[in-house]
Amino acid sequence: MAAILRFRKLCFLEPVKSFEKPKNDEKQSFEQHPEIERVLEKPKSKKTKKQPKEWRCLDSCCWLIGYLCTSWWLLLFLCNFLPGLRVPEAPGVRLKRDGLTALHPVVLVPGIVTGGLELWEGRPCSEGLFRKRLWGGSFTEIFKRPLCWLEHLSLDNETGLDPPGIRVRAVPGLVAADYFAPGYFVWAVLIENLAKIGYEQKNMYMAAYDWRLSFQNTEIRDQALSRLKSKIELMYVTNGYKKVVVVPHSMGVIYFLHFLKWVEAPPPVGGGGGPDWCAKHIKAIMNIGPAFLGVPKTVANILSAEGRDVAFVRAIAPGLLDSETFGFQTLQHIMRVCRTWDSVVSLLPRGGETIWGDLNRSPEVENICYTSKARYLQSSSKESNGNDTDARRSFHVKELPRYGRIVSFGKEKSELPSSQLSIIDSKEFVREEGASRNSNTSCGEILSEYDEMSRKSIKKVAENDAYTARTALDLLRFVAPKMMKRAEAHFSHGIADDLDDPKYAHYKYWSNPLETKLPDAPDMEIYCSYGVGIPTERSYVYKLSSSDKCKSIPLQIDSSAYGSDNGCLKGGVHFVDGDESVPVVSAGFMCAKGWRGKTRFNPSGISTYVREYQHKAPASILEGRGMESGAHVDIMGNVALIEDVLRVAAGATGAELGGDRIYSDIMKMSERINIRL
Amino acid sequence: MSLLRRRKVPENEIQSDVEPTVDAEEDYKKSKKRIKEGKKQKWSCIDSCCWFVGCICCVWWILLFLYNAMPASFPQYVTEAITGPLPDPPGVKLRKEGLKAKHPVVFIPGIVTCGLELWEGHQCAEGLFRKRLWGGTFGEVYKRPLCWVDHMTLDNETGMDPPGIRVRPVSGLVAADYFAPGYFVWAVLIANLARIGYEEKSMYMAAYDWRLSFQNTEVRDQTLSRIKSNIELMVATSGKKAVIVPHSMGVVYFLHFMKWVEAPAPMGGGGGPDWCAKHIKAVMNIGGPLLGVPKSIAGLFSAEARDIAVARALAPGVLDTDLFHFQTLEHLMKMSRTWDATMSMIPRGGETIWGDLDWSPEEGYSPCKSKSRDDAALISGHQENQTPESKAKYYRYGRMISFGKDAAEAYPSDLKRIDFRDAVKGSSVGNNTCDVWNEYQEMGVSGTKAVEEYKVYTAGEIVDLLYFVAPKMMARGSAHFSYGIADDLDDPKYSHYKYWSNPLETKLPNAPDMEIYSMYGVGIETERAYVYKRTPTAGCNIPFQIDCSADEEDEDSCLKAGVYTADGDETVPALSAGFMCAKGWRGKTRFNPSGVKTYIREYYHAPPANLLEGRGTQSGAHVDIMGNFALIEDIMRVAAGGTSEDLGGDRVYSDIFKWSEKINLRL
Repeated sequence: MAAILRFRKLCFLEPVKSFEKPKNDEKQSFEQHPEIERVLEKPKSKKTKKQPKEWRCLDSCCWLIGYLCTSWWLLLFLCNFLPGLRVPEAPGVRLKRDGLTALHPVVLVPGIVTGGLELWEGRPCSEGLFRKRLWGGSFTEIFKRPLCWLEHLSLDNETGLDPPGIRVRAVPGLVAADYFAPGYFVWAVLIENLAKIGYEQKNMYMAAYDWRLSFQNTEIRDQALSRLKSKIELMYVTNGYKKVVVVPHSMGVIYFLHFLKWVEAPPPVGGGGGPDWCAKHIKAIMNIGPAFLGVPKTVANILSAEGRDVAFVRAIAPGLLDSETFGFQTLQHIMRVCRTWDSVVSLLPRGGETIWGDLNRSPEVENICYTSKARYLQSSSKESNGNDTDARRSFHVKELPRYGRIVSFGKEKSELPSSQLSIIDSKEFVREEGASRNSNTSCGEILSEYDEMSRKSIKKVAENDAYTARTALDLLRFVAPKMMKRAEAHFSHGIADDLDDPKYAHYKYWSNPLETKLPDAPDMEIYCSYGVGIPTERSYVYKLSSSDKCKSIPLQIDSSAYGSDNGCLKGGVHFVDGDESVPVVSAGFMCAKGWRGKTRFNPSGISTYVREYQHKAPASILEGRGMESGAHVDIMGNVALIEDVLRVAAGATGAELGGDRIYSDIMKMSERINIRL
Repeated sequence: MSLLRRRKVPENEIQSDVEPTVDAEEDYKKSKKRIKEGKKQKWSCIDSCCWFVGCICCVWWILLFLYNAMPASFPQYVTEAITGPLPDPPGVKLRKEGLKAKHPVVFIPGIVTCGLELWEGHQCAEGLFRKRLWGGTFGEVYKRPLCWVDHMTLDNETGMDPPGIRVRPVSGLVAADYFAPGYFVWAVLIANLARIGYEEKSMYMAAYDWRLSFQNTEVRDQTLSRIKSNIELMVATSGKKAVIVPHSMGVVYFLHFMKWVEAPAPMGGGGGPDWCAKHIKAVMNIGGPLLGVPKSIAGLFSAEARDIAVARALAPGVLDTDLFHFQTLEHLMKMSRTWDATMSMIPRGGETIWGDLDWSPEEGYSPCKSKSRDDAALISGHQENQTPESKAKYYRYGRMISFGKDAAEAYPSDLKRIDFRDAVKGSSVGNNTCDVWNEYQEMGVSGTKAVEEYKVYTAGEIVDLLYFVAPKMMARGSAHFSYGIADDLDDPKYSHYKYWSNPLETKLPNAPDMEIYSMYGVGIETERAYVYKRTPTAGCNIPFQIDCSADEEDEDSCLKAGVYTADGDETVPALSAGFMCAKGWRGKTRFNPSGVKTYIREYYHAPPANLLEGRGTQSGAHVDIMGNFALIEDIMRVAAGGTSEDLGGDRVYSDIFKWSEKINLRL
């Protein structure tokens, strides 16, 4: 009823503007009839007099809210009933018309953070939240009882498992990660499109796992790997002995790599599937936004619980995050919780200086900051592109950032030639650590391991000007000894010299592509699908934070460090090409070089394909998060990617998709990485 | 700001309305009046509308805010303040006793309680992808009823999906924890199990599409294979056998599963003859209609039950009107007749179990009025006195459907019955004007007359009757279900899957260590037999109705509004739920060759004392029993490793053992 009323009003509101001009004429005509005018004015003046009495502030507030509500409803109503606003045809519909039908069962493996977590047992403060989502969904509990929430999400500091009395578990099923928050899709679009060509619960499975745990612990606590194995076997059998297509995303990629090794390893550590399990059950692995070689972002995350976004906030409103006015130190709390999550360590850069570059060089030849704008202008003629970049390189030779220095203290240090840097042997401050631990009890409750370190030893950290991917690990071991000790029993970040060394049978190597062999499954296919064309964090400029107060994080990203106008250094962060979270090197290298052909990492010669998706920002707000996005999570709605997944699920091979599809310089970068294959 | 703008509008309106024409005078006066009124009205009406909406919104928000800010334990405080301290929920109590999660638990939901969601649909169902069509808020039923009916209906010939529509069961614990928001089914049990350490990995909800016949759930969704694989996984990872908790139709479904899993491969699961012995510790049936439910007959026959009959008695005509061009019952009937699963609930065992024209197991024993608990305990003492008195009343439950009250009460010799089976069905009415087609239209008037003239139907004859009135449905269903009693269980024909869900035509698996519990509520009047009448109007309507005028004057009567009631849990008569465990499977019988132990656990119904208690913690009603603390405690004890001795063996309030004695079944 109200909606109809509003509608009527809109109709007569419309002509108002058009009659604005003739007002005067009409007034004149009114003046010809003064009596009428007077009569007309009478009630008006009455009204205006009455107004202040009748319509008090409260009433107008109510009125305003009602007005807004009704118009909102009306808009919603219109939005629902206007057919024109519908999105263009989904790829699933088109492919169904082309005759694609569900063939291979599909397994979806979500990444870090995107999977929902729900409460099964908690402290008294969490009453009423049984089987409600703590992570994912609307996150309302953060605002209602933040400390309680943090307490339930953190794991035990020693074991990396549940703290006593708290059980938080992964949400199972497709609902686990279809939407992260209401309206923010993760897998939903892909699921919907798969359903269009005939997929349903029986041939689609979401391998939800608790993404806070280390991979082997998901098996120990929840038997998540066993479940995944059993589900794949079941789907293989019930769908007419069709092999499975696996679609992992982000951290799910290395989780599944771990699974591949686990399932073929003998029990009790492994799944006991036998050496041909993968060959028998898996057709293809379509990695989306794979973080094979780690993500530099995590270094900053562990070091100071911040990323580009946090540094940016700090630049705008200095002091806000660090203030103790609310008695609530957000960052410190976040850091404490994050450091109990073993899985974060799985995302630290792997392969050390060989992959990520040393003090002087890094595999990224040129990078997004110089080329991204130009790339759109240049029509894809490769020759001119090559020439341009050559020319540009000669121009910018001096400014070429040294990405190899993942963490450097001060902007100058990130740019100086290595000979002028003061580099302390990382082992030195490891020794220092034991001596410098002073019981700083004046701070009361210990929030983070920084509190256990003396100011002096932190200064020592900063004296070392720059850290590479390898020494950054030493740095982390120094500042977060407990966490690294716990997590390094589960993850390794090196490069294997001899893959046949029996020590590599230990599960901590299983998730590192540089320390494991792929399974013996020559018919399997591995795809690296990821977005490119977005600046991605690659290395950081740090500073010591000025405040000397206890309970504050002593290291901060130096958000005042900016490069020259076109530079890649912005707010203390160096950028390269990538999908906003994972740099191209990490996502593409294994498929482009490490596993290409028969290498020692890929002894059976599994064919690999690199599929890149050039980022295109959504043209208008109506498009939501875009259908051609290349961003780390938004790529799950990318039409081209969805089409690729659907085609492979319906039986196509990599060659039928068109093999590699490359926009970035991944091939050139890989060439510059000198690794024995 | 907008206030100001708003105030201007009428002014402009006036000026635009008023055209300066020659014959202004008259027009102006008129328009002036209109404007004056209009102005006042618009001002007051729309603005006060807005104001009103705003007020409501504000109040709503404030309430919401307060509600959210309220500590979660607040309702409990209020309840405790009014009714005194509540008993600890069984989970807390048993945790204090030191019980811990041990055996993995599998839930098997019953008919109707499990959610269904849309995976592929017609145009009209746009935007409902992976939204619940069944369960949840049922919002779509009101928004697009015909579309909804369309999507819930299965194919009339095959009993599978109609082309272009895929409706699938929701998976996971969410499938049946709550049926509708706030209406729990399994949620209370799950919450209590979680208290002693259960979680997702040790609990599994075996959701299946309850519309399909049992074997078809395997053919279409591979549900049985999934259940098998999941049980195997849980047993392997925990190292303990599973405890199965089926509810309602899930009981029959699991019976089917146990036969399926041991049967050899293409038709069965190929688990080998000792699969059940290896994987199952106990089957704890809750309210299981092992021998069928009389209610389902009324549902199939005329798409109504006691509740609808009562509604019809109160407001005759509403349900039958064509006013809205929407024949609710006919639609419902058409839809539910495509659901094969409803046929699994037709009473099994015929006259041997349910009684014939002048005999039924319950008569003489069954007090229809719910008696108090003390009475129930003393019942055996009073038995001798009661019997002669009750005999005088002589309720003939065996006559499951009778046409007219007289036929229901007449002595068998007085009944004049004309066999309907050979009756010629009348030529179809011929007018295709009916919106909703159903098989009654093919029967014609003579067909329906023939049905009426047979007067009285017993459990065995009912199957014939349904064959007569709904041949298509029964042809489909008879390929999947059977309702008889086996003479020789070793007959090779009994290896066909249609016998698997009938406890009277299968042997239990060879698993002597397994335990079977029958847990059900008693003390509620439960539909047992019906008095029908033929509706006067022909045409598109369903030609038969429960005769709601058939009422016994006597207060203690079992006949109310055309329905005879007996003791049970409101849906399943105690006879159906308890007989197999009380007699059919007790000890080593031919139905139970390995001597699987059986126990009966009855829960006497006590309605919730007041509204605050919700659906009660001592309820015995078919679904509400899932919140019964005593039942939950029993399940938890068994799940934590207890045996029947820990529970105390049988726990009986009804006369189930006496009834069972009267049933003359070769064991």
